[in-house]
Amino acid sequence: MIVKLRDLRPFDKNAAEDLVKQDHGLHPDDRYLKPGRIPHIWCPGCGLGVVLTTFIDAVRRKNLAIDECAVVSGIGCTGRVAGYLDMDTYHTTHGRAIPFATGLALARPDIHVTVFSGDGDLFAIGGNHLIHAARRNVNIKVICVNNFNYGMTGGQVAPTTPMGAKTSTTPLGNAEPGFNLPYLARASGAVYVARWTTFHPRQLAHSIAQTFDKKGFTFIETVAPCPTGYGRPNKLGAGLDEMRYYKEMSEIRNGADPAEAAITLKGKIVVGTFVDVERPDFIQNYTDIILAKAQSRAKPSGEGRAA
Amino acid sequence: MPEKEVLTGEHFIHGDAACAEGSLAAGCRFFAGYPITPATEVAERMARRLPQVGGVYIQMEDEIASMAAILGASWGGSKSMTATSGPGFSLMMENIGLGMMTETPCVVVNIMRGGPSTGLPTLIGQADVMQARWGSHGDYGCIALSPSSPQECFDLTIEAFNLAEIYRQPVFVLGDEVVGHMTEKVVIPPREKLKIVPRQSPNAPKADYLPFDTRGDLPPPMAVVGTGYHVHVTGLTHDERGYPVITDEVQERNVRHLVDKIRRNAHNIIRVESIGLEDSEVVVVAYGCTARVARQAVEDLRKRGYRVGLLRLVTVWPFPSQLIRQISSRVRALIVPEINYGQMAYEVERTSCGQTQVVLMALMGGAMHTPEEIVETASEFL
Repeated sequence: MIVKLRDLRPFDKNAAEDLVKQDHGLHPDDRYLKPGRIPHIWCPGCGLGVVLTTFIDAVRRKNLAIDECAVVSGIGCTGRVAGYLDMDTYHTTHGRAIPFATGLALARPDIHVTVFSGDGDLFAIGGNHLIHAARRNVNIKVICVNNFNYGMTGGQVAPTTPMGAKTSTTPLGNAEPGFNLPYLARASGAVYVARWTTFHPRQLAHSIAQTFDKKGFTFIETVAPCPTGYGRPNKLGAGLDEMRYYKEMSEIRNGADPAEAAITLKGKIVVGTFVDVERPDFIQNYTDIILAKAQSRAKPSGEGRAA
Repeated sequence: MPEKEVLTGEHFIHGDAACAEGSLAAGCRFFAGYPITPATEVAERMARRLPQVGGVYIQMEDEIASMAAILGASWGGSKSMTATSGPGFSLMMENIGLGMMTETPCVVVNIMRGGPSTGLPTLIGQADVMQARWGSHGDYGCIALSPSSPQECFDLTIEAFNLAEIYRQPVFVLGDEVVGHMTEKVVIPPREKLKIVPRQSPNAPKADYLPFDTRGDLPPPMAVVGTGYHVHVTGLTHDERGYPVITDEVQERNVRHLVDKIRRNAHNIIRVESIGLEDSEVVVVAYGCTARVARQAVEDLRKRGYRVGLLRLVTVWPFPSQLIRQISSRVRALIVPEINYGQMAYEVERTSCGQTQVVLMALMGGAMHTPEEIVETASEFL
């Protein structure tokens, strides 16, 4: 077979670097962002910029060494967070950020592994992985940005979409109930569960900072506006109007029972830190039980056996 | 300190256990898997052995998660492996694609059973060969090794780890139920006799390092987590820095690199075994457990004075196209016994370019060919 290929245009490292130099470094947070990755792809009014800034704020507050931080994300608008941060970042397949992060965190228990992903990624296609990672108490910090729909693909119904809400695939209103994420995370075994909205960046930064001190599976739901995908069909207004809604309808109830924190369309949003408990994480149990037994039982085996 | 990593000596173990021992000898320190017949014994052996060498064993919630976890562990700096069979291999395809796109070294053992779907869980099949080559969407190069004995399960698992490190991608050990469950003598050499390719780290300064450089025939060394290189690893089409760039121009470089790194080095990767290719009138092309039967048939015929040869594919991928083309110009027939309804036979037919008769001896699964059947088919052309 004769194969015809177009001429390749090789990667121009210098041109790429020149482009980066044009505007990188102007903002104080730029040292936390990969050079040349901004502007981001998110829509005007989207809550993801707030969450990204808040995460940076938490890293700064805890004075974490950037080389000891890693972010893993799945697919979707939130999945793009990883690519903007100037640390070791992994943008994986749809729903699989948690099992990828599990491998990363178990291979390097000294690294702070944060999973950033959306509600659809973590609770629909990736729901099984989330409950099992929580059960095992793998040392990963999950930040779920919940915008109640699939934003990247244009506003389809998600497992978090409240009953009655309109999306591009529920034009007559959603007839399914949505998941109550903190309740599910707690029931699955998360040692830290909180919910904030993007109207609460300080509380959110505080929560994220708290999770860096915890060993085990932590879960923070961040309710975020999606004026393009979710706000428009449900007549919630622009991003700013959604922020106003969060301001008026959020009720801070730290320590509240997550069972009572379900979210409804245009209803009240219970926010706060709901769960903060201690339980040995996977690697601790593995080290104390499995590795300890294996080391004590190990027999000399260098000789092999006769066939 | 007794040697726990390389169990030097003679062992009487099955192929699944030999895969596990091969991985440990190659430096595997992370295994994630999910039980599935006939590959479960790999996981069972790893569950017992990995803690002895300080490695991590984890049983995940499914094969999708297992594959994702070994990629994560590889970026965590551990050599990693999973083991499965057909249905699990299907589930792994998504993250095998991620491993190809992100150039992540790891090893996937597939102990093939009869399919499709649940098929024959406990019985032999060889019907995943094309899935191994083409199973995940998009274009990428593929390396798959096919052991014919428990000894080779050990040897080729080490080889798979070495190739995974050199070419920075998932590599398949494509065993089958017969070889996986067959118990034979396995000789594990002393550690210093083993050829192990260690994980390479970049030594370029951060400003000069391109984690997904496409310029060379081989990928650059991998900057794993925590080394300060701040690599972005994505399944999206990406430039040499790892940054997502959704253009046809970058797609050309990205994908051609993934395919060409194997294509250009195929001559270094391909391994075959042969008997009498020089003088043969008929050649039997076989792999895996089927190659054992084929060898018996060829030896029987040669003893009786017939000029029959054997070409055994040790690497099923990359495929030895040039060799097949050369042989086919001088033989009357190429006979391909395989336990599927025609997979490698099509590859043999395609690469023989119509120069000779290609005969597929197909079994759907659950049983092996007999040497007599192969003798009989070969005799038709002698």
